[in-house]
Amino acid sequence: MLMRESIVMKIHYGTALGAVFLVAIHIMMRMTMDFHESLQYENVIANYQMIGYAILLELILVLISVHGFNGLRVILLEMRQGQSYEKGVTYGCIAAMIALVAYGSRTIIMTSMGMV
Amino acid sequence: MAAIQPKISEEKSQTIVSSTKSATLRIKRSSSDGFEKFDQFIVPVEKWTTVLDALLDAKSHLDHSIGIRYSCRQASCGSCGMKINGKPALACFTKISELDSETITIEPMDNFPVIRDLVVNFSRLINNHKKIMPYVIRGDSEITPGTGVRETLQTPEDVEKYIQFSSCIKCGLCNSACPTMAMDTSFIGPQALAQAYRYIADTRDNGKKNRLKIIDESHGIWRCHAAGSCSQVCPKGVDPAMGIQMLRSYLLGIRD
Repeated sequence: MLMRESIVMKIHYGTALGAVFLVAIHIMMRMTMDFHESLQYENVIANYQMIGYAILLELILVLISVHGFNGLRVILLEMRQGQSYEKGVTYGCIAAMIALVAYGSRTIIMTSMGMV
Repeated sequence: MAAIQPKISEEKSQTIVSSTKSATLRIKRSSSDGFEKFDQFIVPVEKWTTVLDALLDAKSHLDHSIGIRYSCRQASCGSCGMKINGKPALACFTKISELDSETITIEPMDNFPVIRDLVVNFSRLINNHKKIMPYVIRGDSEITPGTGVRETLQTPEDVEKYIQFSSCIKCGLCNSACPTMAMDTSFIGPQALAQAYRYIADTRDNGKKNRLKIIDESHGIWRCHAAGSCSQVCPKGVDPAMGIQMLRSYLLGIRD
């Protein structure tokens, strides 16, 4: 066991609340212009290059990844039981979460630094 | 699981009673080796006939081999839990007249391994119950003669915190109704969790830390989906779902 389940669940609930709050800000920012405009290439790149917005996107990425992969771990643990299976699910979900955060962060960093 | 073969036999009780009414019992016959079928028995019923009475009538007069576990016949021992018309209930506490149905389907409880017919294996329930240390834990004895130590008194408010949970008769209906128990074979279950709360909420008990540690694991309290079916089926009015939420509030630090 990596940490007590109550700590994991506190993180789970906390990331959910944090993600709802930040995604709400993200949606409100999208409403500053028409929806089709907000998806135009130049506007998307401009968003990434605004440092505050890039940090917001990074936080959303981390919160949703942690929450989502822990949720997936819980579902998989309930579906089947067994020591090696459970270990595989736990470490697999952590690895997948780290990979997703790393890939997403790479995109955010590269775009905000003007490398795209 | 093997498919249920609709092999039905129908027999009629020869019991001489004043009743002119009868009910059809549709009993699931099964064994641990996967054999399953339904047998039908027609039994006479009165206004006060319980499902257990009807089952015992069928067992006495029609088929001695029907497997049933029962004891007190008054909802005290928790032996006769079974699925009656799809809902977990005590056979001795369910009147046929209240079921509003002429055919009563009786099956063994879900989420328990079947030993034979309506008898299930309670090992998992008992093991989980033992795991949460279902007794008051404290260093001193209640009364030590000559030391001036008196019994550990409780106010009515202290008793109110846990008294409903002490009504648990370990019948297993809550575990049978629990959707998580159906999927997660390692889940501790609503019965054990409610009993953990019963002792944690007791002001005489000092075992809170240990019990919270036991239930705070990957197949412990956090796997409860708050469906509330455990509380709905309890024949003794225990509310395991509430106990589980109270335990969660301890673990989340909302309550001390």
